[in-house]
Amino acid sequence: MNYHVNEKGYYGDFGGAYIPEMLYPNVEELRSKYLEIMHEPGFQEEFQQLLKDYVGRPSPLFLAERLSERYGANIYLKREDLNHTGAHKINNTIGQILVAQRLGKKRIIAETGAGQHGVATATVCALKGLECVVYMGEIDIERQAPNVARMKMMGAKVVPATSGSKTLKDATNEAMRDWINNPVDTHYIIGSVVGPHPYPDMVARFQSIISEETRWQLKEKTGSESPDYVLACVGGGSNAAGMFYHFLDDANAKLVAVEAAGKGVDSGESAATTMLGKEGVLHGSRSILMQTADGQVIEPYSISAGLDYPGIGPQHAHLYKVKRAEYVSITDDEAMQAGRLLAQLEGIIPAIESSHALAQLEKMTFKANETVVVCLSGRGDKDLATYMKYFNL
Amino acid sequence: MNRLKTLFDTKKEPILSVYFTAGYPNLDSTVDIAAELEKSGADFIEIGFPYSDPVADGPVIQESSQVALKNGMTLELLFEQLKELRKRVSIPVLLMGYFNPVLQYGVEKFCASATEAGVDGVIVPDLPMYEYEEMYCNCFDKYNLSNIFLVTPQTSEERIRKIDGLSNGFIYLLSSSATTGKNLDVSASTEEYFGRIKNMNLKNPTMIGFGISDKQTFDKASEYTRGAIVGSAFVKMLGTGDDYLGKIAAFVKSIKS
Repeated sequence: MNYHVNEKGYYGDFGGAYIPEMLYPNVEELRSKYLEIMHEPGFQEEFQQLLKDYVGRPSPLFLAERLSERYGANIYLKREDLNHTGAHKINNTIGQILVAQRLGKKRIIAETGAGQHGVATATVCALKGLECVVYMGEIDIERQAPNVARMKMMGAKVVPATSGSKTLKDATNEAMRDWINNPVDTHYIIGSVVGPHPYPDMVARFQSIISEETRWQLKEKTGSESPDYVLACVGGGSNAAGMFYHFLDDANAKLVAVEAAGKGVDSGESAATTMLGKEGVLHGSRSILMQTADGQVIEPYSISAGLDYPGIGPQHAHLYKVKRAEYVSITDDEAMQAGRLLAQLEGIIPAIESSHALAQLEKMTFKANETVVVCLSGRGDKDLATYMKYFNL
Repeated sequence: MNRLKTLFDTKKEPILSVYFTAGYPNLDSTVDIAAELEKSGADFIEIGFPYSDPVADGPVIQESSQVALKNGMTLELLFEQLKELRKRVSIPVLLMGYFNPVLQYGVEKFCASATEAGVDGVIVPDLPMYEYEEMYCNCFDKYNLSNIFLVTPQTSEERIRKIDGLSNGFIYLLSSSATTGKNLDVSASTEEYFGRIKNMNLKNPTMIGFGISDKQTFDKASEYTRGAIVGSAFVKMLGTGDDYLGKIAAFVKSIKS
């Protein structure tokens, strides 16, 4: 079974580039050049160097002993939370800024929900001296003030998306409109494995460093590079895509993708896309998305802004459909409890997104000595206000 | 005989097409607006079916789509309303909207319903050429619906030739690479672009859209093509008050006198 994109831009039934003609030249330019650019020795050298010296890679693979004891398995945490800017997002923005430079682009645009991708984009733009415009929903700007300040501190312009529901989905629409209106000098750094081909594949390749490292780190620690379970949370799905990438063809590794159930899958306030969604087209690709019978996109809900997206990347839709990965969901409450548990057992405060993956451990049963890897996609500093309110800290 | 083809074959003067969003400003205004447009001298019309995430549109059409959705417009309801269409409207009618609602309605069912309602063609900006050719072309052909493609100043000559080969109505030239509702800026490079397309001697007629809002921009566009399409300016007018039907004649006259 092939789990990767084919030459037409599809993963099975999903993917493609459902874009208006105005975006075709931009997307086609990227499609025709991204692999060639990524394979250039000079590109690889600069990319690897920045990942090492600027991002701080390789990120540690940490055996969480007290957590392991609790669940009766060997649980390893892939510490993406220790990256510069505090999450996995920077793996992708470093890669894309180098692609943008080689395409001769002078201006960078991005969308952001909670602000993590916006910060990671502002960071690499400052590093490379490129103009940076980040679209962010008006409502998110209000509730994520520290990240807005971080972006501004690094010289980015933060533009409020005032249309629709004024959150991530609308910020993405605004970024696409900007790209339509600036067809020559601008590169759009999409933050997840969504969007028209080649974005899902390009972003997955940049994030694949997560599983590449995990394999040799596991080998070093356990003698085997093949774990029994690999867990990651899924909003659009970029940390999961990177965490799964080098395990897709490893039959021993059971892959578990954790979506946000919000207040419960059937509560009407959820972001559990595979449970609630149907096949459809959003933001340039065919995938699974939450929508009405009439094909209007439904506004999702999760306590975690990073999982608050109505779709999933097309590769995830494919992995779900062919059952290569299991897609499950975790509620706000379950995630918050798992976040506190990790803080108290291991001294690590996780991002609420990552807490969703951790919460799934509670629902699984393991055989003795099974090896489990959980992607700790981000750190919880950005979520302190939410944790404080939730636990009355 | 396809009404669009007849129009382009017979009409000597510049052709004016007007876009509006179904269900805006009122849920049941769709056919009334269409009929009034015909009476006022529009040559054909484009009825937009609303979508929650219209990425190719500027603020005016986005807003009209949101209002229409809030009013309760759906494709199902639109086809119900369009049963009256051909009793009152004889000029060509196109449907325009994004792909996801069509996909959920069912592409074949959509084509069948459109033809049954007397619709002549469809513009789906985010259904690209490759997917259309591979998956949906046969369906559009079966129901004798024209699929209208967009071309921008950045579209390569090779791609325009391919679009010309797949088209059977007209080709929609965007005045610039932009979302809807911007003003036409006739710079040297736009003139070069319009002229370049004209000299390609395409088999399909061309119309210019995006940025056409008044007589001046309509006349300018008509120098290079068979005519032009007005969207945002008309939708904006529809939003100015309850007597919008009464203002349609004056609006059309102000552009095409």
